Amino acid sequence: MSTAAVGTPPVTLDTLNPKVLKCEYAVRGEIVTHAQNLQQELQKNPDSLPFDEILYCNIGNPQSLGQQPVTYFREVLSLCDHPALLDKSETHALYSSDAIERAWQILEKIPGRATGAYSHSQGIKGLRDEIAAGIAARDGFHASGDNIFLTDGASPAVHMMMQLLIRSEKDGILCPIPQYPLYSASIALHGGSLVPYFLDEETGWGLEVDELKKQLEEARSKGITVRALVVINPGNPTGQVLAEENQKKIVEFCKNEGLVLLADEVYQENIYVEDKQFHSFKKIARTLGYTDDDLPLVSFQSVSKGYYGECGKRGGYMEVTGFSPEVREQIYKVASVNLCSNVSGQILASLVMNPPKAGDESFESYMEERDGILSSLARRAKALEEAFNSLEGITCNKAEGAMYLFPRLHLTQKAIGAAQAAGTAPDAYYAKRLLEATGIVVVPGSGFGQVPGTWHIRCTILPQEDKIPAIISRFKEFHEKFMDEFRD
Amino acid sequence: MARKPLDYEELNENVKKVQYAVRGELYLRASELQKEGKKIIFTNVGNPHALGQKPLTFPRQVVALCQAPFLLDDPNVGLIFPADAIARAKHYLAMAPGGLGAYSDSRGIPGVRKEVADFIQKRDGYPSDPELIYLTDGASKGVMQILNTIIRNERDGILVPVPQYPLYSAAISLFGGALVPYYLEEEANWGLDFVNIRQSVAEARSKGITVRAMVIINPGNPTGQCLSEATIKELLQFCYHENLVLLADEVYQQNIYQDERPFISARKVLFDMGPPLSREVQLVSFHTVSKGYWGECGQRGGYFEMTNLPPKTVDEIYKVASIALSPNVPGQIFMGLMVNPPKPGDISYLKFAAERLSIPPLKLLTVKSILESLRKRAHMMTDGFNSCRNVVCNFTEGAMYSFPQIRLPPRAIEAAKRAGKAPDVFYCLKLLEATGISTVPGSGFGQKEGVFHLRTTILPAEEDFPAIMSSFKNFNDSFMQQYEGYSRM
Repeated sequence: MSTAAVGTPPVTLDTLNPKVLKCEYAVRGEIVTHAQNLQQELQKNPDSLPFDEILYCNIGNPQSLGQQPVTYFREVLSLCDHPALLDKSETHALYSSDAIERAWQILEKIPGRATGAYSHSQGIKGLRDEIAAGIAARDGFHASGDNIFLTDGASPAVHMMMQLLIRSEKDGILCPIPQYPLYSASIALHGGSLVPYFLDEETGWGLEVDELKKQLEEARSKGITVRALVVINPGNPTGQVLAEENQKKIVEFCKNEGLVLLADEVYQENIYVEDKQFHSFKKIARTLGYTDDDLPLVSFQSVSKGYYGECGKRGGYMEVTGFSPEVREQIYKVASVNLCSNVSGQILASLVMNPPKAGDESFESYMEERDGILSSLARRAKALEEAFNSLEGITCNKAEGAMYLFPRLHLTQKAIGAAQAAGTAPDAYYAKRLLEATGIVVVPGSGFGQVPGTWHIRCTILPQEDKIPAIISRFKEFHEKFMDEFRD
Repeated sequence: MARKPLDYEELNENVKKVQYAVRGELYLRASELQKEGKKIIFTNVGNPHALGQKPLTFPRQVVALCQAPFLLDDPNVGLIFPADAIARAKHYLAMAPGGLGAYSDSRGIPGVRKEVADFIQKRDGYPSDPELIYLTDGASKGVMQILNTIIRNERDGILVPVPQYPLYSAAISLFGGALVPYYLEEEANWGLDFVNIRQSVAEARSKGITVRAMVIINPGNPTGQCLSEATIKELLQFCYHENLVLLADEVYQQNIYQDERPFISARKVLFDMGPPLSREVQLVSFHTVSKGYWGECGQRGGYFEMTNLPPKTVDEIYKVASIALSPNVPGQIFMGLMVNPPKPGDISYLKFAAERLSIPPLKLLTVKSILESLRKRAHMMTDGFNSCRNVVCNFTEGAMYSFPQIRLPPRAIEAAKRAGKAPDVFYCLKLLEATGISTVPGSGFGQKEGVFHLRTTILPAEEDFPAIMSSFKNFNDSFMQQYEGYSRM
């Protein structure tokens, strides 16, 4: 028998991968655990707390708060889940005929109609081609199905790119602050360095290329090799939609500095202001004349957001352009270790990128559902923004897009002192007090990063419209009391 | 010109080191040939539905209903869905507030995890805690999560069987750890040799490696052997004394083709052994909806169960799971249905049991079970390989694969060298081009130096088997004739 350290089990906190220990993800962090405990308490003793229900405004999970799925999408998915239905005549009594037709078309693209088989590791070819056609129709520039990698949501695709790019802690990735903490977590998990660039709150969370340059140079002076730039457009948590000119400068910056552009575009269909439009970075790059050989660009899209909000399906893709064949092989190889993403999610991604068109039987009802959801989101974004701005000690930038508001809390010294005494960051303290008084769950701004000394919370715009007035009044009541309690 | 970040040379070395032959060179060549119009029989991956196995009806009905809950309000729904499928859809929708389109708990829907715990309890006779069961997008994701949690640096070693399913070697490469091989004994039906295992551990330690975990695949992949209770006991004792966490890949637990060694879970054996082992040995067990008689690979449904991990470790694993938000909800429902299938008395039970008991089209007179058919195919394949010149094949006791040893003549090995290919890759490419049979060379799984194998699945339809085996035999025997030049008596 060999000598081994008997008595210390191999997998304890002391012996875990330190990268796992280091990474954090506030969206489902401490405040959410606390909320879940309170929810359990409410279930046991309904009158034990000053509110009737927990309202989860921490996570972009629309259907958990009552948003309905797009009927046509669900019809098609249902038929693809059980293709035997297509052989029954009674099916026509329950499903719209264009959904049936679409299901046939999709199943034709799947060998043997076998939705239960592992597909090609990039995803089913026919579906990728459909998605590419959707991208081309959106942008006016050619897209190839061979450049698409279908993944279980956009997040695994982000992980794949971080894995590819990060060799050691000397490799840096430029990330916006505030950012969606998948980026900070995945950089930590893969052992790299996050190089922050600050969005400017004063100018509606503007992204200045001068700031990018400054941070890049500073990182380089510290011996960091900056490999990529992450841009989230529309922004999360900040909601800003980049202007075209701004995007052009960002592309030029990446080209000049030799950076991979990682374009998180999952909120591309969530835009609430008339004067802004979504332009994909691929379109911008091609408009500037950059071809596939000139600029490595990875664009991420997901089925979780937009007006479809299908978070639980785990569908998404990355479009990878500007890479050599050898590197593409490596990406394929990493994708193949997991065999493939879930087939139902792949089908949904193709539906999102190729929805019903004018003339289709389901087109009108589809448009009604789509417009209903998007206009409601726009109204909720506005109502909550106005509400936040009406409160003493809170300023809130407009949510031009995405699903969140990121109001700034101008906390008094007294409040900050109370937080310190409680051993938490001031915004976490505020969020906890808010939760305990109202049942509303938000995520402290420190979970996303912020300019040091500033405090924020991220609140989604997702509770159903009829709940919004009550949320606003409960929030107001809590906030006014909080301000009074901590007046300097 | 300045190096660009995504030039090949600038990539993460760990990524470059990864090999995953299951979808590697042979598969890519086979896909090329298929595009050119050649008929290919893909036996490279355990993908039953791709080879004609039909999905079970009941789970598909349930998920189709969950996908489109508005159907439940339609008065015509009973025309195409049986009442118990409707009831079961409602059961899962009640567990998943927000339906299939909402992120669930990052560990998976609590109600489904409870169904998994009940299944484990029923199977093993010991209680199982749903809080320690995490659902994942396929078992592979769970394996990767756990290995990533364990591996700190290149000095952390993981004991992996050789031959192994190359997810393990790939994940260890990706996470920058060290693979510590232990060789299965081909002559002893791919049995474990504890002398060899101890040697491997000692050698690794002498090189400064801290051996942290041991992987067992039971039933084995690619080797198919089923471990006896005595062997599992010895394994657990070994892990206890050597301070290793046991990673038990049990995804093929329902694919058993002999009666001498039925499946017994590592957890059951551990608890049967009682304290101190039952309280001390750390164990993670993996399962999936992709194998068994379900074969629902494309759904990406899996789970892992943690035993004797400290709460703080579990918290860290939860934290990492939460970054991925949640496993896909339809896949979770498939898992619930798999561990909690229709029971006798349910409307769909007879059809479900009949499907489990019959795949073939109506023209076949005898009713066979999917599992009985796989058992028969396991025999057909083993016997078929053993009838070929210079081929020796252990019986497939379980899982879905056959792993024959191909004794390549020296001149074939030379020819391979000249072609710049590993000998088994050379053989498999020739096999592919001659017959359209796409296999995975044994080097993709690991093998002893100078010993060559290929892995194929036993999944092609039963009626196609005679043609496939005869095609193989014709190719093999001419190949041997070509490179050996004479027939041995």
